[in-house]
This record gives sequence, structure tokens and C-alpha cells, in this order.
Amino acid sequence: MADCSYLLNSKQMARFVSDGYLRFDELVPAELNTAVCKEMDLHGVPREKAGARFDDIWKEAAIGRVFRMPEVAGIIRSLVGSNPIYDHHAVHTVPAGHQTGQIWHADAIIDRRMFSAFDIQFFYFAHDTPREMGGTMILPGSHYRYISETDIARYQNFLNQAPIVCKAGTVVVVHHGIWHCAQPNRTDRVRYMFKLRLNPAVRQLRLWNTDDIDDPEIPGLLSISHKWYGNEERLEQVNRIKFWRYLTGDDTFDNHYWLSRIENEPTMAS
Amino acid sequence: MPQQRQKLLVLYLQTPDLHSNVVSWAIFDGTGKERHFSGDNDTPPYTSVVAAMQDGWRVIQFPQQWPAYPGMEYHTAYLKYEYILEKMEEIDG
Repeated sequence: MADCSYLLNSKQMARFVSDGYLRFDELVPAELNTAVCKEMDLHGVPREKAGARFDDIWKEAAIGRVFRMPEVAGIIRSLVGSNPIYDHHAVHTVPAGHQTGQIWHADAIIDRRMFSAFDIQFFYFAHDTPREMGGTMILPGSHYRYISETDIARYQNFLNQAPIVCKAGTVVVVHHGIWHCAQPNRTDRVRYMFKLRLNPAVRQLRLWNTDDIDDPEIPGLLSISHKWYGNEERLEQVNRIKFWRYLTGDDTFDNHYWLSRIENEPTMAS
Repeated sequence: MPQQRQKLLVLYLQTPDLHSNVVSWAIFDGTGKERHFSGDNDTPPYTSVVAAMQDGWRVIQFPQQWPAYPGMEYHTAYLKYEYILEKMEEIDG
């Protein structure tokens, strides 16, 4: 059971709704990072059966200790609930001297669960990852787009694209729809990124610490702009409002009147 | 004898106005001199399609505009305002 004090708060959830990810720098301690790097070097992270309950796997492996840290368990519980479903994991490896970036993609076919259940993916960087080593590039706010896998491979660059450049122990958690790509590794060392996908086993309703659910900063956090949206920014505002309604269970929630206006269809005669 | 090869510049704009700002971009070089890929630049090569035209790029494809399919009015997917431009450049044949 995760410690409630490590749950995400409503402002963090609002950022997740707007950006499609949350970043936690240097969250995992050095000794655990070292142990996980060793496991990855030795191909020692067991592949589990998709659909397994997460509490039942990796009981001995160092990687299991990472995801059982109260800080990480709190993130998991806030987003997909306790004891979620293991989907898959991958040790993403970029060889030393790899000079080109991976094509942009999402890790999913078209997923119609746009404003209902969602999966999360952890990107865990167990060693320092300076820009010359990559890391993974993500496109903030790209998670509501109806695309399939590498449909987006023609794109190369976007305003405000965000490479994950970080110190060892950094954990990024993303919505399953986020657009991303590995970046070149121009160093003489192999680069690892440990990815884990989890599915919810419960309705994702107010799973985080909602003590600050009425915080006045939340409307602003739900309105954060991403420059690459261009003219579609207001459509993305609609997406966020619909997702926040799902997460909070409040079907009347609105932000800056975007949905109230277009849902207004009076039926009473004058 | 010099030969020519096509270079493509794909610009994605904020609005359909060709003067509007570039929000995404890609370059595909048929001369073989350059290899572009994801994340290789944080700054667009031009601020707009018109700025690229002023530098000699020729627009060869406009995005078509269609009303949203019923039920998909609020869906987002690909970047809508995609302009494809070309330049012909000489290579040593």
C-alpha cells in the first residue's frame, strides 16, 4: 500500500492533463540506479506475462524496488490505482555513436479511450543523460491526438519539443498517447531508458490527493498553451475539459466557458 | 555535367495564412548532402511559408480544407496546415 503522503496533488494532475506527462528529477537513489544499470547490462529484468498484476512481479529484481519506492508507488496509485496491470516493459538501448534520431511515434494504435480509462508509461533514466546522449524527446500536449504508431513519422521538429535531459534517477510518467522519439547518442557509452507500461484495474476516479481540488491555480494549469498547437489550441482545451470531467467525475466542470457555450441547447419555449 | 536533385521543405503553419508562423517543420534532401531527423533543430528554418518563398522555395502542395466529419468536430490528429515546398539544387554528376 502506497503512503498517502506520496500521492500526486490536483495541481500535478492538471499538469498531466495539459502536458501529458510529469517529470520527477533524481527521484531514485544512486545505489538503486547502479543496481538497475547492472540488471540492464546483464539483460536481467524478467519479462512478465501481459495482464499480470503488478504487485506480483519483480519481487527480487532491483527494478521492482524502484517501482515499490513510496514516491513511485504514489505516482502509480494516483494515476492508475493500486495494484495495476502489467502491460509490458522494454529496456530501450541506443548504441554509442548512434547519429540519427528515431522517427516520431506514439506507443499505440488509435485508442478510442480518449476521455475515459488511460494507461501510463514510465520512462526511467538510471544514469545521467546529457543532451549529447539523447535522451527521449517528447512533445508536450500531444496525447489526445487520433494517430496510429508511426503515422507521424514525417514530422521532424516542433516548437517546444522537449528532450529529456536529466541526471540519474529521473522518472518521467506519460499518458499512453504521448508522441516521442529517441534521440542520437553521440557519446561513447550505451544509453538506456527503462520503459514500463501499466493499465488501470479500477475506474480512475479521484485517485490522487484531492485536498487542493479547488485550488485557484488549476484553471490556469488546464489552460497552458503549447506553441505547436497553432489554431487547434482551443480544440485541445476542449479535450482537457473532457478529460478533467472524467478524472473528477464532475460532468458539469468547465474551464473558461469553452464547453458550456457549445452545450447550451435550451428546450424550453419562451 | 551538373545534374539537379529535389530538396523538400515541409512547413506546418499556425493557420492556413501563408504568412502565419511555422509551428513544425521537416527537410528531405534529395541531393544527399544533408540528413535531417527528429529533434535536430529547435528553431524553424523560416518564420513562414512566404519567408521561404522569398528565399527561392517553390510551393508545390497546399493543404485541402474540409469540414469536420460528423462526430469528429473536436478531434485532433495531424497538423492541418501542411505546405510542401521544393528547391532544385545542382549536384556533381
